[in-house]
Amino acid sequence: MSLLRVLVVAAIVAVSALPAHAQISDNVIKIGVLNDQSSLYADLAGQGSVVAARMAVEDFGADKKGMKVEIVSADHQNKPDVGSSITRQWIDVDKVDVIVDVPNSGVALAVNQIVRDKGKAFLVSGAATADLTGKACSPNTIHWTYDTWALANGTGNAIVKTGGDTWFFLTADYAFGHALERDTEAVVTKAGGKVIGKVRHPLNTQDFSSFLLQAQASKAKIIGLANAGGDTTNAIKQAAEFGIVRGGQNLAGLLVFITDVHALGLDKAQGLILTETFYWDSNDRTRAFAKRFAERNRQIYPTMVHAGVYSSVLHYLKAVEALKSDDGTRVIAKMKEMPTDDPLFGKGSIRVDGRKIHPAYLFEVKKPSESKGTWDYYKLRSTIPADQAFRPLDQGDCPLVKK
Amino acid sequence: MTAIPIQALMGQLLIGLINGAFYAMLSLGLAVIFGLLNIINFTHGAQYMLGAFVAYFALQWAGLGYWWALLLAPVLVGLFGIVLERTMLKPLYQLDHLYGLLLTFGVALIVQGLFRNAFGSSGLPYAMPAALTGGYNLGFMFLPTYRAWVIVFSLVVCLSTWYVIERTRLGSYLRAATENPGLVQAFGINVPRMITLTYGFGVALAALAGVLAAPIYQVNPLMGADLIIVVFAVVVIGGMGSIIGSIVTGFALGVVEGLTKVFYPEASNTVIFVIMALVLLVRPAGLFGQER
Repeated sequence: MSLLRVLVVAAIVAVSALPAHAQISDNVIKIGVLNDQSSLYADLAGQGSVVAARMAVEDFGADKKGMKVEIVSADHQNKPDVGSSITRQWIDVDKVDVIVDVPNSGVALAVNQIVRDKGKAFLVSGAATADLTGKACSPNTIHWTYDTWALANGTGNAIVKTGGDTWFFLTADYAFGHALERDTEAVVTKAGGKVIGKVRHPLNTQDFSSFLLQAQASKAKIIGLANAGGDTTNAIKQAAEFGIVRGGQNLAGLLVFITDVHALGLDKAQGLILTETFYWDSNDRTRAFAKRFAERNRQIYPTMVHAGVYSSVLHYLKAVEALKSDDGTRVIAKMKEMPTDDPLFGKGSIRVDGRKIHPAYLFEVKKPSESKGTWDYYKLRSTIPADQAFRPLDQGDCPLVKK
Repeated sequence: MTAIPIQALMGQLLIGLINGAFYAMLSLGLAVIFGLLNIINFTHGAQYMLGAFVAYFALQWAGLGYWWALLLAPVLVGLFGIVLERTMLKPLYQLDHLYGLLLTFGVALIVQGLFRNAFGSSGLPYAMPAALTGGYNLGFMFLPTYRAWVIVFSLVVCLSTWYVIERTRLGSYLRAATENPGLVQAFGINVPRMITLTYGFGVALAALAGVLAAPIYQVNPLMGADLIIVVFAVVVIGGMGSIIGSIVTGFALGVVEGLTKVFYPEASNTVIFVIMALVLLVRPAGLFGQER
């Protein structure tokens, strides 16, 4: 009994010795990286995002600062129900404080609601739908890397300006594809172009020939690919087979990641115009990061999704440190208050609707003869300044924005 | 899409047939294995994927092109199948179907997992053989040469397989061995060896389909996992174990799926399962199957 009593007293002393406001729940900051680890989005996010989160924790110096940070990860299999139950389990049972990444807009929208209900934090990098900072915006969510509006604004605008004024969409049939199609259509129409047809294909389609034939028959100048990952690469590969580009039509990959270009090979991908907010070969700091990252990620270079995970986790930890609390709602508020600064995206800020603001870049995929080696794939066409890269605050219908 | 011109429809029918060619080749291998060995071969998708990877490795490491791959992949992957049959499947013949299914499913997960770990999920590029690039303008559509090749090649393979099993002496031994292995063995025929070779042949068909697929789709560790469920539905609709059933159903469902992609694309990856459910309600043994 005396031993027990000693322990109880020791515990009371230990607890009361803590500073009154230090509220790191159970003394551990637990980061949950939730994404596709086994299917068509696994290379552009997947384990690479876990590596990126780990690097952020190390570079932040959590150990030296005496902050205990743990990272867990899981595969949501691109299913909103699976993603939701993992999120609930993480928050309720495993005491996860912040959910990170979550490509697949369908899953992200579901997680967004749960995290909000539970008062935790959600840092989105992989998901694209601009609804996350629009009608579904939340005081517990920050959308870091890119969104459908930014893609449409970048790639869509550039293509309409060079004469691509009639469009046919191949759209992935779920929240992401619909949002990307909607935002691109708005850009095309506003610039005086016309959408003359669209077809919605199921996520993770192998054969696009039937859809490509429909696109070919439409005689649209531009075939807009409102899909991502393996769907985009398959569509581009098969479009070449059906002589789409030789027939005078052009492809617009509205969301193309560097891993997709790598998978296609430059001979198939050359000339594609795409919008990204991060490219590893932009400056010395991004190159240094990419080299370190690739060593730990099977020599796969970082996508903008990986970069976004790194930067958002870094900024999150800074906010937790400043606040001395990991209360989700308060940390997100603090993150919005503090200016952002990191090696990958430079200086930036986070808006009240949760939108992280930084420049976007319009790239063109190099010809095989222009590339100096593996992963040397993009040349910069133009930079879209931070204040023009994302949807203006008053146009998103986010309830957090005071009118 | 309300009014579809007849020409566009012709194009879509042809595309459906081409995709059906893949279903037919894969479901044929499954049907041979099930019909003659009573094994539900869930590694079929992984073996299809291995076929595509053999083509990729042959090109990258040995500089051997597509035509060599058409020969090498079925042989190598078929050998892999034979080893699998000899070491793991053989002890399971006396047990319920379920054990074979679980074993082959487990092997498929392991093989796919290893490849995904090594090669990622985006897939690897495989160029079309130079002789088969380009295409023909048929008036109603542009038909890539390679797709025409796929349909011809798979028809030849499917019909020869059907002929060998249903119309030759070797085929009759095979069919007899599945009905009554003891009796056939009594006539001096090495039944276990025949069964092993049959499994190897079924697997080789999957690998061959994998090589055919490599230039069209990405060479991807998950390419088989995505396809195998559909192919199983094809086999069920055709009638488990029916050779001609799997061929006809494969092509027919390719066409049905192709038409769905025009009229209601959102349902294109579920239409086959809807048909499967309907067929099972009306004819539980499948369209060409016989009730046992």
